[in-house]
Amino acid sequence: MRALAWMKRNLFNGVWNTLLTLVTAYLLYAVGRAILVWAFTEARWQVIPANFRLFMVGPFPPEAIWRVWVALAIFLALVGFTAGVVVRRRYLGTAAAVAGVLYLLAFPVLLPSSRLGLLAAAFAGGLAWLLAGSIAPRLARRLLAPVWFLGTLAAIQVLSGVPSQRWGGLLLTVIATFFAVVLAFPLGLLLALGRTSKMPVISLLSTLYIELVRGVPLVTVLFLAWIMVPLFVPEDFRVPQLVRGIAGFVLFAAAYLAEYVRGGLQGVSRGQWEAAWALGLSGFQTVVFIILPQALRAVIPALIGQVIAIFKDTSLFVIIGIMDLLSMAQVVLSNPKFLGLEREVYLFVMFVYFLGAASLSFLSRRLEAAMGLGKR
Amino acid sequence: MKTVPFYKNIKVLGVLTQVVVSLLVLFGLYFLGRTAYEGMVSRGIPFTFSFLWQEAGFSISEGKTIALEGGRIVLRPFEPSDAYWQAFFTGVYNTLRVSIAGIVLTTLLGVMVGVGRLSSNWLVNRLSFAYVELVRNTPLLVQLFFWYFGAILKLPPIRQASEWFGMIVSQRGVFVPWPVPGPGFDRYLPFFLGGLLAFLLGAFWSRGRRGLWLLGLLLLAAGWLYAGDPFVLSVPEKRGFRVVGGAQLSPEFSAVLLALVVYTASYIAEIVRGAIQSLPKGQWEAAFSLGLNYGQTLRYVILPQALRIIVPPLGNQYLNLTKNSSLAIAVGYPDLFNVYGTIANQSGRSLEGILIVMGVYLSLSLTISALVNAYNRRVALRGARR
Repeated sequence: MRALAWMKRNLFNGVWNTLLTLVTAYLLYAVGRAILVWAFTEARWQVIPANFRLFMVGPFPPEAIWRVWVALAIFLALVGFTAGVVVRRRYLGTAAAVAGVLYLLAFPVLLPSSRLGLLAAAFAGGLAWLLAGSIAPRLARRLLAPVWFLGTLAAIQVLSGVPSQRWGGLLLTVIATFFAVVLAFPLGLLLALGRTSKMPVISLLSTLYIELVRGVPLVTVLFLAWIMVPLFVPEDFRVPQLVRGIAGFVLFAAAYLAEYVRGGLQGVSRGQWEAAWALGLSGFQTVVFIILPQALRAVIPALIGQVIAIFKDTSLFVIIGIMDLLSMAQVVLSNPKFLGLEREVYLFVMFVYFLGAASLSFLSRRLEAAMGLGKR
Repeated sequence: MKTVPFYKNIKVLGVLTQVVVSLLVLFGLYFLGRTAYEGMVSRGIPFTFSFLWQEAGFSISEGKTIALEGGRIVLRPFEPSDAYWQAFFTGVYNTLRVSIAGIVLTTLLGVMVGVGRLSSNWLVNRLSFAYVELVRNTPLLVQLFFWYFGAILKLPPIRQASEWFGMIVSQRGVFVPWPVPGPGFDRYLPFFLGGLLAFLLGAFWSRGRRGLWLLGLLLLAAGWLYAGDPFVLSVPEKRGFRVVGGAQLSPEFSAVLLALVVYTASYIAEIVRGAIQSLPKGQWEAAFSLGLNYGQTLRYVILPQALRIIVPPLGNQYLNLTKNSSLAIAVGYPDLFNVYGTIANQSGRSLEGILIVMGVYLSLSLTISALVNAYNRRVALRGARR
């Protein structure tokens, strides 16, 4: 009875709404049926497990795969440590549940060694989380930056045992996103400060750079970096493709990040600057300790949005020939054994990107709520 | 009185910083240019734009270029014997074609989904939500590949293609009915141009708008009656393995258009939803209590107010769509960037070419944002201008 009342209220209140419901339901039925019939009878999903390693790590040599597990363990430990410091306990249950479901989903596809490797990496993450919770909060906060710095260096060191030309798939997508974000952020910060600066020359130069980059497509910036970078090094020295690709991303993303940060900077009232100066802080101290923390706090959701955008945009690597996740799809499809399976392969790639992007945006919403944005 | 020493004077420091930074930037640019130039010379490829007048020697599957034929400037398909600059022109033409069509269609779809997100109808509401989340969280390039390789190329060939409302949807593209010049076209042309001019003038001159638009309508209608059949609708028809009549949208064009429209619409939907939600609830209630129904409230009360909030971010999305059309290279639609790729391969002029391409995109972006700003000034509240 309650269901009927609900349906009457939400689906069939009035002639117009009833009509709308019926038309939509019919369309949904027709399209949904076709998709389900295809997915369960025609689709040949075997192509995914058969090429799972290719999608995940590309041409990474199988005998050196332990390096990926060690790097992943370090990365998860860093994430765990940060989570222990920053995020409240109750969200960890959700995160663990999602990770567990994904693990179970992937379980049949994985090799026995991969099952172990994933578990070990997750274990490292949990350990780091416990560690962060057990030491004094202030100390943990202080340690955050050096731990990330050293951890990243260590992870790259471990991976570098295999030349970067043989990194690929999701591994490469994640590495490229990480470095593009980490390197573009300081540049974007400087550009934002420059654009809001009262010094006309600096403001003009920053504005010029930002508007120039924002006015052209990403592909052209990638290509420009691609063409230009090798011109600046001795001819016999080959710059790894990955570095050239990331260079383009950094130049591009910095301009967009700068605009978000600028929004935050403009939201900080003048009184904050004046109060800081009245207390005798220098210009540098004012920016670092007073202005930026407030400005960045306000724009965290937008910044995470930009991280998601970069994550999705790394798929453009396929155009300049770097072996990211999407180009692995191309490789699989060019295999005569898997001809004509475009739908299955691209849907799977979409699913992987969706998982990454959706979990990041979930994180952003949680963070927003945890910080009480828009409430204080 | 103690004076501040010059090295602590904030004004002097400010000027000094600016001088140092400008010198650094100038030196950096000089260094960049110099190294790049030397690097190119040492590889035997000097920096020059003279290649633009050389013969291209490749063909472009669709689009038009300008050429001088018999003393007249004409728009015609690109031929391999044309020059590189004409190839660039074809690229720009194709970029504009897909962008303009995309902007119109994505606005329609985006507004529909955005309003759907706020619908009280549960089914419509959830469906719009799922659409937005699914599309926004996956890369455009993957969607483009999916539409091209997974959907359009898997359509039936022309013989078995389905026909809807005069359209033919097949592997070889979409064929749509299209108006072509009829017997009275030449006589109708002055009326047509005059009517168009009246509409354009009306769009920019707010006081006499109604009169001008009426005049434009009158011109168009009277001209039609006077000239007799200026346009005839050409409907596509299957003839064996071919289609005759109508206009063909190539598979590549259709895929790029579809991907751009579907992707951008999800962003526009969020903009529309945000704008409508930001209006106070009292606006709805006031309209309802005046006896307006849902549709009337939306049409006369909500949307005009929401429009003011929508226009600036909407312009941004139009820019994004135009820039994103450069992904067309991935499916082989000959847009500006794709044509550039061919030219760079053939002539080795990658750096010169990319500078031209970036210049063109930059001018397109500036044009679009100028148009959007002009429109924004019209819908913005008087007195709210800053």
